[in-house]
Amino acid sequence: MGGLAHFFEEDGIPTTTISLIREHTEKMEPPRALWVPFELGRPIGAPNNREFQTRVLLSVLRLLEAKEGPVLEDFNEEDPTSEDTITNLVCPVNFAKEEAELTDNQKMINAVKAEMNSLRPWYDMALDKRGRTTVGISGIDLDNIVDFIGAFFDGTAPENPRDDMPASLILNFATDDLKAFYYESITAQPGQESPSGKVLEDWFWGETKAGRMLLMLKESCRNSDDPMMKAVARIMVVPSSQAYRRKEL
Amino acid sequence: MARLDRMNEKERAYLLNMPCSTYDTKPWAEGPSLSERRVAIITTGGIHKRDDRPFTFDPGDIYRIVPGDVEAKDLVTTHASTNFDHSGFQQDINVMFPIERLKELAAEGTIGSVADYHYSFMGAMDPVQLEPSARELAPVLKKDNVDAILLLPV
Repeated sequence: MGGLAHFFEEDGIPTTTISLIREHTEKMEPPRALWVPFELGRPIGAPNNREFQTRVLLSVLRLLEAKEGPVLEDFNEEDPTSEDTITNLVCPVNFAKEEAELTDNQKMINAVKAEMNSLRPWYDMALDKRGRTTVGISGIDLDNIVDFIGAFFDGTAPENPRDDMPASLILNFATDDLKAFYYESITAQPGQESPSGKVLEDWFWGETKAGRMLLMLKESCRNSDDPMMKAVARIMVVPSSQAYRRKEL
Repeated sequence: MARLDRMNEKERAYLLNMPCSTYDTKPWAEGPSLSERRVAIITTGGIHKRDDRPFTFDPGDIYRIVPGDVEAKDLVTTHASTNFDHSGFQQDINVMFPIERLKELAAEGTIGSVADYHYSFMGAMDPVQLEPSARELAPVLKKDNVDAILLLPV
């Protein structure tokens, strides 16, 4: 962000910047910056909190009236998100006896599908309440998303729904869709509307079957011959803060 | 620092040791009072309209245009990085792209107006790679009469 500030300012347009990592801003010295103590990904702070967001915005916009710079100020108010752990309302699912006949991969896929089914009423309510969803970037229907991801486990990539992008990128988008489905669903449940990103991450990667499947996907893709697939496994899908959980598999 | 203090040591060290470009110059552009400014948002959150092409790693694929009259339901993100929170944006676009808040500030006269077009980059790249696009967009922003850019990282 600091680089962009320099380029635009040199070309005559005043800029004001939110800083998430103060140490980077101190080095890059954009003309005007407001450091905020929020999580990466949340430059304006808390969702669904108009007053708080407006305070952040006014603080960063007012730097445009500074007489000289570079100016780096701090926004000292913590964002009002909750650090309470998620109460997992996903019910354990009982499987029919035929499960014994299935491979481990098939069992895993069925377990994630069942988990998604139990979250689906909350996802539908979230969609209704918010009037929007961020699910769908892969272009794969939600009902088919687990089968699509699951097909990568045995090394036979499924048919690519887009001919203008590599299957590995579509796989990454599909994993983003799956995560978005879980996050949008759980934050619709009563009493847990405003968890921090960290709380949600710990829930998804530590407690859900979908999280476990994606951790296993990371391991599986590492062995691919496709360099792009290896990159997906290395730097995408699983946040670096959660990668340690692969040791728990 | 807050938030860095909540990261594990590996993440914290990664971010603190990340190479940062430094600049010899200290550019400073002037503008009118805040109540007369026309504001555009530039985010590195990789957001775009749902029917836009997702961000790829193709050379030259640097930014998307977000119209000021975009509806929240039409916005998604295809940023490749999973190392920042997406859940805030999933619940409320204003956490990453505060277009609704800006429009309220314009309506009450705190800022002059909101630009017709805003821009979204997929960050996580060296500023050197972003510079040609920034230089290309500066005259476009001026034609939209923008005299304040709100830069929002993720």
